[in-house]
Amino acid sequence: MTKHFNDETFRGDYTYYNSPEAIRRFPFPFDRDSYMYSVNIEQHPGGPAGSPFEYAFDVDEHYVAEMKDRAITLAEDPLRCQSLPHMELAGWDLLELIMEAKARDYPDLFGLHKDGDRWHWINRPLRIDQRFTFLDATTLPYGPMEYITRQAQGDFALLHEREGNLWMDAGMVTSQADWSLDFDVGMNFFEWHAPVPKAKKMGVFDKALKFLLAVQQGQAYRRLNWTMTVNPRLDTSPENYHKWGPEKRTITPQNVGRKQFLRVELQSFWRLPRSNAIVFPIRCYLACLDDLASQPKWGRRLHRVLRDLDPVLVEYKGFAVNRDIIVAHLARYDDGAPTSPGIFPD
Amino acid sequence: MSRQMLLRVTEVEPLTPLVTRFRFEHPERAALPLFSGGAHVVVEMPDDGVLRRNAYSLISDPYDGSGYEIAVRREDTGRGGSRFMHGQVATGTDLRVSLPLNLFALDPRAKKHVLIAGGIGITPFLAQLRQLERLQQPYELHYAARSQAEAAGLKLLPQTAQVHVHISENGDRMDPGALLEGQPIGTHAYVCGPEGLIAAVMDAGARLGWPPSALHAEAFAAPPPGEAFRVTIGSTGAEIEVGPHQSLLEALEAAEVEVDWSCRGGACGRCETGVRACHGRIEHHDHWLSPEERAAQTKIMPCMSRFRGDRLVLDL
Ligand code: FES
Repeated sequence: MTKHFNDETFRGDYTYYNSPEAIRRFPFPFDRDSYMYSVNIEQHPGGPAGSPFEYAFDVDEHYVAEMKDRAITLAEDPLRCQSLPHMELAGWDLLELIMEAKARDYPDLFGLHKDGDRWHWINRPLRIDQRFTFLDATTLPYGPMEYITRQAQGDFALLHEREGNLWMDAGMVTSQADWSLDFDVGMNFFEWHAPVPKAKKMGVFDKALKFLLAVQQGQAYRRLNWTMTVNPRLDTSPENYHKWGPEKRTITPQNVGRKQFLRVELQSFWRLPRSNAIVFPIRCYLACLDDLASQPKWGRRLHRVLRDLDPVLVEYKGFAVNRDIIVAHLARYDDGAPTSPGIFPD
Repeated sequence: MSRQMLLRVTEVEPLTPLVTRFRFEHPERAALPLFSGGAHVVVEMPDDGVLRRNAYSLISDPYDGSGYEIAVRREDTGRGGSRFMHGQVATGTDLRVSLPLNLFALDPRAKKHVLIAGGIGITPFLAQLRQLERLQQPYELHYAARSQAEAAGLKLLPQTAQVHVHISENGDRMDPGALLEGQPIGTHAYVCGPEGLIAAVMDAGARLGWPPSALHAEAFAAPPPGEAFRVTIGSTGAEIEVGPHQSLLEALEAAEVEVDWSCRGGACGRCETGVRACHGRIEHHDHWLSPEERAAQTKIMPCMSRFRGDRLVLDL
């Protein structure tokens, strides 16, 4: 269990780093040497002890620093957290889900005591001790969704189900891979997925939507998605493109190994009990190429995947300008040896 | 398969000669997951060698995890699950019950909710009423039944100004058009009951210019009966007979052929099964396959769909 939290930044001097344990437990997204867009869904939680799949809401060495980064982003742009009025009940559902999971899975870090509707929440890493009345928003400093997601890593989209579709009617979004809550709030599943190339033609969305609509209580699922980011930046929002977009041009053959990050999203899907809403947590993990290549299997595989990736997807994932430098750098880690199946390191 | 809990029947109360209320609790009194009004559970019934699974709306308070309650109407013909509940279940019986699933939820954006029930269709609204009370949202409920003696809801409904009972035997027939007329803008209407009632509410809504998204009907369907048919299991060549009141999924389960499932109502896609050869016509009753997939006859949803013809070989 994590006892140590890194003192690090996700902007400015970018002091973010992964300890050797954090590298070994990184959710490497490729289970084979090639990649194609697919709906690769598994049950969640569940996975090897110590892996980021073991618990409902993984708390790792980046927790405290990520929550500080979220607070900075929200102070600059409060619209990163929005909730339409009918989503308050879903916010309480989410607060309960996260508090119960953290108190159960990390009892030395978090505590939850309930006396009817009078709850007492303790968050030791963030030094929070809060008594409040469940379902009474006046007893918390923020609305229930904002309150709990200021204490939980990853972005959160709350989806309301109606008319056979899912509508993103609330969310906390400060570490998104180039999408915008302010733009997408109130949109349905098909509208907010519109930009993904190829997937539409494959009918992937129809099936994915139907799958999501059938997600039941007590039966959560996850999938991994990935993209590439220059520098360990959480807030790669369209609103702030002017801040991070130009950084793509700073990649050189000398610095690519430490400056180019693989960005993995652990997305999970949960049905919430009282509101019947679905919550879609999107947890972001970052690791630089050289750290990943410290696991020989991953070095070989990452090289093969990126080398052979369809140019349309390279464009969509936003690293076309640096692809050649990245692939040339990774080639040194690929001796042509076969790799074992599955995502975990050897 | 959806997650199940083994629960104990703790109360059995006849509400009318045909309808009985059952209460389930955890044997160790552990709290059950909460739910939202309109949700149902699937109850598993080991009936003399046949494993039946029927869906029932939850009628108890969604925010009370101490137990789940359902009301079951005895159908003397048909699939047999309700006969099992009435004939073989008593206080102390342990049954497997799925986690709640809601295909008939309230829309929290509504300014007001109008709930319209016919007969045993009252069941999902009993839980919704409690949710609306708790959240203090404006509503009215209209409940139509043929006679006082058959109106199972009477024992379970609160006697408040928002609850209106229409007993046709007493000359009080419910008029769906009149219920919808003059409701404030932003009202949502929900209907559950016989097909004729659902159609009448939908028609009235359309005539009065209600947006379709403000009209909700319980969409959950039980597998339709039909003629008996046979299927062949591709991997083993085994032949399986499907009875008139059995679904293909139930027949496969009885033969211990493993198929995944969740909703058992043709909505979730979990049971999708490939077809290797089809000499005849698949009767698709699901909401999952696309029109092209249906026409191709290369996939079937065993929870709902049936077959008519010489030979159907499943990719199992
Ligand atoms: S079990 Fe849901 S579609 Fe068949």
